[in-house]
Amino acid sequence: MGVKFQINGASVDVEAEPDTPLLWAIRENVGLTGTKFGCGIAACGACSVHINGEIARSCSVSLGDVAGKSVTTIEGIAKPDGTLHAVQKAWIDKQVPQCGYCQSGQIMAAVALISQSAAPSAAQIDEAITNICRCGTYPRIRSAILAATGQAASALKGDA
Amino acid sequence: MGIKRRAFLIGSAVLVGGGAFGIKMADGSAKSRARELTQGDGEHSFASWIKIADDDTVTVYSPHADIGQGSNTGLAQMLADELDADWSKVKVASAPAEPAFANMQLGRAFLPQLTGASEGMIAAMPDSLMSFIARAANLQITGGSSAIRATGQYAMRTVGASTRAALVETAAKRLNVPASELTTADSIVTHAKSGKSLRYGELAAEAAGMSLSDAPKLKTASEFKLIGRPVPRIDIPDKVNGSAKYGIDYAMPGMRIATIMAAPVRGGSLTSVDPAPALAVKGVEKVIKLEKAVAVVATGYWPAIQGLRALSPKFSDGGNAGMSTASIFAAHDQLRKNGKVESKAGDGDVDGALSTSGAKLVEANFQLPFLHHAMMEPFALTAYHKDGKLDIWGGMQDPLATKMEAVKVSGLDADDVTFHPMLIGGSFGRKLPMYVEIVEQVTKLAMQLPYPVKLIWSREEDVQQGAYRPQSSAQLKASLGADGKITGYLNNYAQPETIEGEATFIYDIPVSRRLHQHVSNQTIGSWRSVNSTQHGFYNETFMDELALAAGADPVEFRRKHLKPGSRHLAVLNEAAKRGNWGAPLPAGTGRGIALVESFKTIVAQVIEASVKEDGTPKVHKVTAVVDCGLLVNPVAGEAQIMGGIIMGLSSAIGEAITLDKGAVQQSSFPDYPVLKLADAPEISVFFSPTGDVIGGLGEPGVPPAAPALANALFAATGKRVRNLPILAQAKA
Repeated sequence: MGVKFQINGASVDVEAEPDTPLLWAIRENVGLTGTKFGCGIAACGACSVHINGEIARSCSVSLGDVAGKSVTTIEGIAKPDGTLHAVQKAWIDKQVPQCGYCQSGQIMAAVALISQSAAPSAAQIDEAITNICRCGTYPRIRSAILAATGQAASALKGDA
Repeated sequence: MGIKRRAFLIGSAVLVGGGAFGIKMADGSAKSRARELTQGDGEHSFASWIKIADDDTVTVYSPHADIGQGSNTGLAQMLADELDADWSKVKVASAPAEPAFANMQLGRAFLPQLTGASEGMIAAMPDSLMSFIARAANLQITGGSSAIRATGQYAMRTVGASTRAALVETAAKRLNVPASELTTADSIVTHAKSGKSLRYGELAAEAAGMSLSDAPKLKTASEFKLIGRPVPRIDIPDKVNGSAKYGIDYAMPGMRIATIMAAPVRGGSLTSVDPAPALAVKGVEKVIKLEKAVAVVATGYWPAIQGLRALSPKFSDGGNAGMSTASIFAAHDQLRKNGKVESKAGDGDVDGALSTSGAKLVEANFQLPFLHHAMMEPFALTAYHKDGKLDIWGGMQDPLATKMEAVKVSGLDADDVTFHPMLIGGSFGRKLPMYVEIVEQVTKLAMQLPYPVKLIWSREEDVQQGAYRPQSSAQLKASLGADGKITGYLNNYAQPETIEGEATFIYDIPVSRRLHQHVSNQTIGSWRSVNSTQHGFYNETFMDELALAAGADPVEFRRKHLKPGSRHLAVLNEAAKRGNWGAPLPAGTGRGIALVESFKTIVAQVIEASVKEDGTPKVHKVTAVVDCGLLVNPVAGEAQIMGGIIMGLSSAIGEAITLDKGAVQQSSFPDYPVLKLADAPEISVFFSPTGDVIGGLGEPGVPPAAPALANALFAATGKRVRNLPILAQAKA
């Protein structure tokens, strides 16, 4: 008797203790590894997913608490035909990732922000994006969010 | 210490092997082994680093770990440009962690500092000797901002050009025309006169059998088609859709998850542990005692970490329980008092200069903390020992040395141990095998387990068991003459020895000296830009203090102490211009500048900053001017400088590892605060290449950030920042 919920549109039944953090259920039981472990205490945001459309840090949500809910991970952001989300496209256009490890979480946070606010201001971006990036990609995260929401040109800097 | 051993190995290889080898690109045995490892059906290896398939696909084998700096794209650009390859058909793969793929050209970046040999001597060494040295030292490291400036410049471009020459020669034979009438572009050799052409894929099988020239004609800058272009990074698409596989993502059937706790005080050992509380956790299968650590093996990470937390292991303290942040600084001061000097750089009678009558003496003391890398991917390696063979999967900065460490620990033959390199979620110097106990740990676990095991360090283990940038302190003294110029300059610093002895000192001062007081018994590592962060901070903050004492503007004062016509002066002037030096600012906001050379790249930063109501610093704007010489990929290069600036600011503002009773006091991001987006300033990066050098970009963005910020805060508030981090000082 496992915990049943939807992940990226598919029904899953996960056999694990209900107090298992959702992060580890996603990574080890469901086998989707785009959602990352960074700290385990909701401080870094590498494990960010959407639960019923709301941003959540999956290391600090119990598996039992998502029973019957709909979870979206980085693997479920693009359309089923593979068309990337505007945020993913902007992330490529602006060449945001460096090591890339935190970027799943950054993109999930940005997608959640845009779903709340179609044209977020600089202050709203500052408030919404609290995920840690040790490589220091923040300036490009900012410009990618602006580009994804039509508030800035999307061309790569320096491109002819 | 790995570094020492490696330096010794390299040093002896130079002495023993010098002149005994020919000047072939790579010797035959390594080349045939490389072929054996990488050449598939319809593929043709030209050298360790390149194969061309019948369908024109070019595969470049990178001996570097792309830890986010984009070097794999840059290296491929360099090879493909000289090859005149069709970029859409170029792929990059990680070189196998095998001696045949040891990175010989790295020696050209590291040997001068490791052996004291002159750069001219190193440059003149034949490739075959470099190859021998690299294999002798298991050299496949990524560090020293060396990928582009050593591997790219000496290996990738040469291999690309000589492969192109072999393809052209083969086409000339086949078309029965002179090679001089052939041109190449987009992986096609064309004979314009006859209108005939041949694809590289049609020529590869035959051309790969030719001996490659080790001194082909390289392109001049005006001929570049890919070098210098903002080519999108090849690794990015997989990093935005969750498909990129990092070491921590590896999985295989039957795999168990382990997590571990090592002795909290360095040098300590595990003395006792009752496994029962962990075994009572559902999913926990074993508690394994290692000499210095206890590991819990379970069906998943969650039961493993719960099991570990349920334990009450006892550790000895290795005699280091008396060590604290304060005791280390006290030891530094005592060393300075004793006057025993480990090493000296610079020249002249500095004591005489400082005591000259009439000279104005300026003195300042600085203290810098241990810094942690805090890469986002915690350590994770998977190992499986079966039928006498050991396989390890994960992301490490030196795959070959990782393999050799596992060989040593397991006692297996090198041929029976395979390391499979995967993507690395950040490193900044941390995932170098000589500092990493996880290779030993996971090897020991795998050797006694019948199934594959993935060992994941918790974030707490990561922070507490780091290989930190050394805690460091310095006493600076300088004398100013009546003309406002420095007559004597002394930097008396104390810290443990690291791989990089002396940071580059850029000023032209008649009498200067850097004294190094050695401090041992600390666990230290290579933190992005190594010693240049500490020394950049000491020298560039002190230059501001000297400017003030001389009554001069900080930029004008630096100009007076740089050689006319030098690259440093050009970068300083450009930064002053780009950063609007001297333009008015709102009240409470100050502007500071710093200029540091590291890894042959010169970076100046102008920072505008103020202090918030709560006393914490606010960085508004950073303008950076960078002279790295040849710039291979501007968009990737800009990212490295921006990231370096943010890491430099983050460390200056809030980061410190402190010790109490021998143990690290921090454990995760709440008490080791890494800068977040809301505090990241607007950053503008300008590349301003002068001369024909080629410098690194992964590290040089870091060092000027902290002193430029400290100088800006002084301009804003009149308060000097000499000890970091700023937040700890603000609270004190």
